[in-house]
Amino acid sequence: MSEKIEFTTERLKKVEEIIGRYPADRKKSALLPILHLAQEQYGWLSSATMDYVAYILDIQPVEVYEVATFYTMFHLDPVGKHVIEYCRTGPCCTMGGEDVYDHLKQKLGIGSNETTKDGLFTLKEVECLAACGWGPCFQIREQFYMHLDNQKIDEIIEDLSK
Amino acid sequence: MASDIKILTDRINIPGIETFEVYRKNGGYEAVEKALKKMSPDEVVEEVKKSGIRGRGGAGFPMGMKWSFLAKPEGIPRYLVCNGDESEPGTFKDHYLMKNIPHLLIEGMIVSSFALGATKSFIYVRGELMYVIRILEKAIEEAKNAGFLGKNILGSGYDLELVVQPGGGAYICGEETALLESLEGKRGNPRNKPPFPAVKGLYQSPTVVNNVESISTTPWIINHGGDEYAKLGIGKSTGTKLISASGHVKRPGVYEIELGLPVEEFIYSDQYLGGIRDGHHLKAVVAGGSSVPILPANLILKTANGEPRLMSYESLSDGGFATGTMLGSGGFIAMDETTCIVRNTWNFSRFYHHESCGQCSPCREGTGWMEKVLFKIEHGQGKMSDIDLLVDVAKRIEGNTICPLGDAAAWPVGSAIRHFRDEFEWHITHPHEATQKGAVFSNESILV
Amino acid sequence: MEATQLIKVTVDGKTVEVPLGTTIMEAARMIGPEVAPPAMCYYKPLKGSGGKCRACLVKVAQGSEKDPRPMPKLVASCITQAQDGMLVENFSNPDVVNARKGIVEFLLINHPLDCPVCDQAGECHLQDFAFEHGLGTTRYEEERRTFETEDIGDKIQLNKNRCILCYRCVYTSEQITDSRVHGVMYRGDHAEISTYISKAIDNDFSGNVIDVCPVGALTDKTYRFKSRVWFSKPVDAHCTCEKCSGKVNLWYKGEEVIRVTARKNQWGEVEDFICNDCRYEKKKTSDWVIEGPTKTPRHSVISANKYGSNTIKKPEFALKFAAENFKNIEDQREYNKTLEEIKKSEDYKSLMSKNKALLSK
Repeated sequence: MSEKIEFTTERLKKVEEIIGRYPADRKKSALLPILHLAQEQYGWLSSATMDYVAYILDIQPVEVYEVATFYTMFHLDPVGKHVIEYCRTGPCCTMGGEDVYDHLKQKLGIGSNETTKDGLFTLKEVECLAACGWGPCFQIREQFYMHLDNQKIDEIIEDLSK
Repeated sequence: MASDIKILTDRINIPGIETFEVYRKNGGYEAVEKALKKMSPDEVVEEVKKSGIRGRGGAGFPMGMKWSFLAKPEGIPRYLVCNGDESEPGTFKDHYLMKNIPHLLIEGMIVSSFALGATKSFIYVRGELMYVIRILEKAIEEAKNAGFLGKNILGSGYDLELVVQPGGGAYICGEETALLESLEGKRGNPRNKPPFPAVKGLYQSPTVVNNVESISTTPWIINHGGDEYAKLGIGKSTGTKLISASGHVKRPGVYEIELGLPVEEFIYSDQYLGGIRDGHHLKAVVAGGSSVPILPANLILKTANGEPRLMSYESLSDGGFATGTMLGSGGFIAMDETTCIVRNTWNFSRFYHHESCGQCSPCREGTGWMEKVLFKIEHGQGKMSDIDLLVDVAKRIEGNTICPLGDAAAWPVGSAIRHFRDEFEWHITHPHEATQKGAVFSNESILV
Repeated sequence: MEATQLIKVTVDGKTVEVPLGTTIMEAARMIGPEVAPPAMCYYKPLKGSGGKCRACLVKVAQGSEKDPRPMPKLVASCITQAQDGMLVENFSNPDVVNARKGIVEFLLINHPLDCPVCDQAGECHLQDFAFEHGLGTTRYEEERRTFETEDIGDKIQLNKNRCILCYRCVYTSEQITDSRVHGVMYRGDHAEISTYISKAIDNDFSGNVIDVCPVGALTDKTYRFKSRVWFSKPVDAHCTCEKCSGKVNLWYKGEEVIRVTARKNQWGEVEDFICNDCRYEKKKTSDWVIEGPTKTPRHSVISANKYGSNTIKKPEFALKFAAENFKNIEDQREYNKTLEEIKKSEDYKSLMSKNKALLSK
């Protein structure tokens, strides 16, 4: 049997607060913030989770699918504990991003959109993270890692593997 | 000669400036007091108009004029939405401003909302910057507790609620109507225009969308007057501008410059970028974020007429697209001779392919086509006719799409071929060499 | 009540009076098919449609009587309001003709070109559009994008590879049916029509997405591979239906009704949407009152070949043909004097120089 999808009490309170931000007939505006909350709780967005969000906002499930598939931050498949979102865009590459990325892939032993066997890391390539002058960079959840080089990559991965 | 006056970043290094207390002690929220107690909304609009400030998001449209277009029908709410979706490759100034001095944006939001008669305003921040969103939310809470937000602000009778909205990862949401769609909880598909947001924007109500940097400038304009602001800068490029510098320079980062600063001084002065990294030469610059035309070193330093190129809207676009570029969002990417222009163009092309919303056919299909052809050339599988094909595909996208993403995808390709055609040809005539790691063909005569 | 203000709009030299608020597209359609821009996404009965495919781009050579400046870019005629005194160039403008070639090329680069096995062939707007406005060749050599197949029930066949993302079916589900279970997922050139969870699209009016689809992305599953369109005979018929107007086209192969569709107007648009009972459950002649053979409402590649090629409009061909066959005839008759005078007028000169420029293209 699949697990029942439901926000924690604390998050339900937050949901209420979020919905209250918008005019009463514009509840759908809460969709993106609530999808972020759902992903925070479950790590990714299953169709059951999205159906639950649709129920909360009183909209059709398809309206949630359309939106969740449009935005790249939402994971539509299960992911590892740490999702590394690596910037692959021009300025970071100019700052040496491609070599550092090769090192990261080697270090983890996986390629883009793959998860390590221990389920610890998922690697995703993303576009510009608005940190160009501080590149190369990647992001794990809300944390930015900037001015990356091979040594820093080793340190971060070892630290997170503990 | 441009001064080194700072109006956005003057206080940015003060310890604790992200807190209400420190910000307030350093002159923060004085513009709110002045505007709400001593000025009418129209007077605030008037000052912004006088300042001549142009939208700092990239398009450079006069902000005061945008404000004056706002429709004001009776009984319908109006909205101010701040565009903090900053996703243009090369640009990270809003990120810098919001995380370091969040109260500056909030102060700007209060005076701007007051001017426009908005009682609920939104700050839309790209979802990747969730930590910045938390900083802003904390700052809003502090401002509210101090009586600068909420009901009857400072006893003026004016109410304002500020909401920070996260995006979900989509460059296109930096386009103002896509942003509004996203804010309504939909896919970020840009809207057909007209109607423009000033008439029908958020929730079909009149709406102004302004960039973070633009709104953050309004407190200074209120405190010092629009005329004082207009004295800064050069010609129609008034005031100061944040420039995000990246690439092969000694000191990448965010710089506030007075518009009109010579590009050469900006690159080589120790006050700014400190020059190109040791032992290397400047090859090319993308001056205003990835969408603006790339220029070779000689043309970024001097115009085609041999005049020094200045950091201003007019000077950077001198020569049109043939020999000029645009100030755009101020994303300044400097590249030395180790940069492969073909690879960089392919990279940008991949970006636009990835970020196209897919709504209109020229952009949806054309961006993917350009990326695939550029990939082939970069990987030694191109043919000579591919170069003209790219130029033609870019032309057929440009100007024919719903929103400017089509243009933004076409310009980097067109300009790279215009100025660095020999590099594209080299990739085709030397397929084996071109695929070697780190192999770059640079015409030495263009290096500076 | 205030009288509706009328404005004058000129498209390719032909002027029409329309109510204020009319789009360029609708004004052009009022003049007639010879000046009406093609439409792949715009669908008048569906609110919010249009603006996406860019097939209907036109040049506005004069914005209005008051503000005669031309518009800097080509505009989508389906969503741009006409102004009083507006001059629009459609088939007469080489930039428009050229841009449209580009649009055809874009729409086709990832299209599977599987017309020989596509049920839509013969009544496909993309075929018509490509035939009338496109190039005969392609410059695209890369791999075409493909999608996984998705089963959306026993009534509608979905083929995502053929989809041009006009959004018509999405608007139809939203505006005609009581619940929408499909939409556009993902983005960019990977955007696709989908239910995301392989759900059946099945409600009283769901079958209408088939009729609004300009291509073979959504076709009638019960009609699949039964016949080519040009081998079946459409007749107008009606029935008394509680759910819909009951006005349909029956498509016969011999004595057998192999398909029921809604009726389409001159522009290929359904005005009376029909219910799934009429579409799927009434496939006997005795279910219907037959009105008579359907007049082929819209020229298509197939009907043009079959029913006479004079219905095809292909601006370049027509112009070149006319130019090659143009002969000056000496005419001695009395009214010729007036003609001579006309020839001296500025209007005539500018018209001729314009034509000349066009022909030299």
